[in-house]
Amino acid sequence: MSPSPEAIAVAAILFVVIAAYALFGGADFGGGIWDLLAGSAERGAPPRGLIDESITPVWEANHVWLVFILVLLWTAFPPAFAAIMTALFVPLSLSLLGIVLRGVGFAFRHTAQRLRMQQLTGAMFAASSLITPFFMGTVVGAVATGQVPVHPAGNVLAAWTSPTAILTGFLFVAACAYVSAVFLVLEARQRGHQDLMRYFSLRATAAGVLTGALAGGTFAELPVSAPHVFAGLTGIALPLVAISIAAGIAVLGMLWVRWYHALGLRVTAAIAVAAVVWGWGLAQYPYLFPTSLSLAAGSAPTASLVAEFVVAGLAVLLVAPGFALLYFLQQRRLLTAAETDSDLRLAARPGQALPGQPAAAPAPAATRMTTALVLAVLAIKAIRDVFSPSHRQ
Amino acid sequence: MGAVAHVLAVDPVPARSQMGSSLGFHIILACFGIAFAAVTMTAEWIGIRRGDAAALLLARRWSKVMAVLVAVGAVSGTVLSYEMGLLWPGLMGRFGAAIGFPFSVEGIFFFLEAIFVGVYLYGWRRLPAWAHWWSGMPIVVAGVLGAMSVVAANSWMNSPAGYTLRHGKITRVDPVSVFFNASTPYETAHMVLAAYMVTGFLVAGVYAVGLLRGRRDRYHRLGFAVPFTLAGIAAPLQVMMGDIIARFIAHNQPVKFAAMEYVPRTTRDVPEWVGGILISGHVYFGASIPSFDSILVGFSPHTRVIGWDSVPPAQRPPLVTLIHLSFNLMLGLGFFLFALAAWQGWWWWFHRRLLVTAWFLVPSALGGVAAVAAMEAGWVVTEVGRQPWIVYRVLLVSDAVTPASGVPVTLGVILALYAILTVVSIGVPMIMSRRLRQGAPAEEDAEQVPYGPSPAGAGASPAVPRASSGGPEAP
Repeated sequence: MSPSPEAIAVAAILFVVIAAYALFGGADFGGGIWDLLAGSAERGAPPRGLIDESITPVWEANHVWLVFILVLLWTAFPPAFAAIMTALFVPLSLSLLGIVLRGVGFAFRHTAQRLRMQQLTGAMFAASSLITPFFMGTVVGAVATGQVPVHPAGNVLAAWTSPTAILTGFLFVAACAYVSAVFLVLEARQRGHQDLMRYFSLRATAAGVLTGALAGGTFAELPVSAPHVFAGLTGIALPLVAISIAAGIAVLGMLWVRWYHALGLRVTAAIAVAAVVWGWGLAQYPYLFPTSLSLAAGSAPTASLVAEFVVAGLAVLLVAPGFALLYFLQQRRLLTAAETDSDLRLAARPGQALPGQPAAAPAPAATRMTTALVLAVLAIKAIRDVFSPSHRQ
Repeated sequence: MGAVAHVLAVDPVPARSQMGSSLGFHIILACFGIAFAAVTMTAEWIGIRRGDAAALLLARRWSKVMAVLVAVGAVSGTVLSYEMGLLWPGLMGRFGAAIGFPFSVEGIFFFLEAIFVGVYLYGWRRLPAWAHWWSGMPIVVAGVLGAMSVVAANSWMNSPAGYTLRHGKITRVDPVSVFFNASTPYETAHMVLAAYMVTGFLVAGVYAVGLLRGRRDRYHRLGFAVPFTLAGIAAPLQVMMGDIIARFIAHNQPVKFAAMEYVPRTTRDVPEWVGGILISGHVYFGASIPSFDSILVGFSPHTRVIGWDSVPPAQRPPLVTLIHLSFNLMLGLGFFLFALAAWQGWWWWFHRRLLVTAWFLVPSALGGVAAVAAMEAGWVVTEVGRQPWIVYRVLLVSDAVTPASGVPVTLGVILALYAILTVVSIGVPMIMSRRLRQGAPAEEDAEQVPYGPSPAGAGASPAVPRASSGGPEAP
């Protein structure tokens, strides 16, 4: 029985969302990893500052992508969702722990006053950036190797502790660090930090090479552990794999010759990630779990699939104008950081001039803003505004 | 919370406790997601309309708090999405195709809400006054519709509809019937009103404390009056709604109703129990009003009320005393809040002044806590009352729970983390307000917002005329 066109369409949407999460979420987690590796409080201050500035407005967006993945999976492919959630209870719980710790650490970090407290919450944030992608990688590895039983009777430890799954976990961590470093090069360039550009350019290259090596290692395991996916990757999905590899090498080349073109570098890095995610999806076809659960057997009734399709369409229809509005307002410079209360106090105090410029964030480039606006809830920024040093004067 | 008491009674206990505590935590933040924008926008409306600087300042500060709470809510909401699968794979595997649809719809509204919170928060300085006000409107609408979507998923568990089962597998789904099941309108209205009450009474409570400490300036009066008014409007509606819902439950889920009201046998002239503990079929320490339950259900003492003897013992909810007392607590607190609102309303009607005696302010300061307790009690009633079913009369909780070991561990971790998150979401706004007060308490009133009535501009005129509506008072 071949899968219905509706099932294929929803699976395609699912993989678009997974690619988006891998890219945006990956960059976000990667920022935390570089934060972790930035060294002592003194030496690591400049890169940490840049990471913090770049991530703050966007870190929540990832929840939207992740929640969409979960919802799509449980509505469109309920048996697969139930089996994954049961068999991989442990790595999924650990990745969830990472997500919560990350949120708490990030929120606290900006309100913490003392250095010790800042270090503690910062470490919490950074460590969770490491464990979340790792365990998500083991989950993907477990699914791709077909180790998840369709009707698991409980935890299946062996599924996510196989060499392939563990390697995939490390691969995810390296890929996050790589994507993030590439983006951070551009962030540094935009802010005119020459030294940080070199700093992250070097790290992007190192992480890129490491990612390539880990990908090669994982690939070498596949013929034995995941023959179906291996056949797919070397067959129908080969063009996507080739594109991913080419894009990855192109990024390294661009960094080598210091051609820091904002759009070019960003898009090429995005292609490198998205192509390999789609390649994985295509290689699994027509299975949800190769080769025990097929797309046809594991998908919901047609009406549910159509409903998901409609919801995705509605999301685009409703959310797109929202973005357009945001973009329009942003372009016309109508959105600025809320002024600090001290500005207001100055305004109210007779005879004192309002500072010429409110404590606004530097107007970011259009591309970054687009990402930033997706995420929209700029809460942490707001807290920081309230506690900014200028306020305490 | 019911979760803890539940530990001793039911089989999939750790999973239920974890779900209960996660939901019990998230629901408070969700209330702010639903209702806080309306509170903030009311203050802003007053500020723009009457040129009131204090109102604008309140609105701007509230919008910052709103952003913090939405952020924490995003995290706790993600936890819940995970837990749907981690804890209840038996539910999602079998019925995900049906129950998943309302959750997908909710995703859209969450997205919209996030976008416009961004516009609202960052548009204060440069957007024209009314344009900024309108940018908050989608948050209010998306809040209500998003609440409806999530509540629809819970309603579906109480009134499953819109699917066809064949050999235990879903073969057809009608997403519209899933979304608009019999319970959806009742639960949605109840929850949205509850969200307005929780948010309104909690925010008003903060300023009631300020007023009690003698900060009786316009800033604090408005900070109290605006949220209290919204919550006060919701309170009588909630009492009415509650009465309607009780009759609906008596009809739709009679066994749940029987547990709520201590109705062991199906009879007429059923008494209404107030308080009381049920021990081996006897009610101790309770007061009963003869035939009143029958009157409430059917407007006549001779109305037949279905008791829990109508189903075999295995299908009756556990912890009947907990259900009954939670129900009573919700009712009692609901009437208490209604009385507070009526008192203030009466005073306003005849005196056109805000009632600020300590006799009124002390209970008002506790109003928010009461509203939260009432809402949590209500969720205990509906969730524990549905037991042992996860999907009413279709799927047992014990068939839905995960076979994976390790839930007790995750339960412990979740409880610890939520303790921390609670500290964050209460502590951060508290630190914020303390910092703000230390800044310049005397000028709290006089601070200007960009498009306020400010004649100050860049501080050009030495004598800044205060907003006409209220001068600053020393604290």
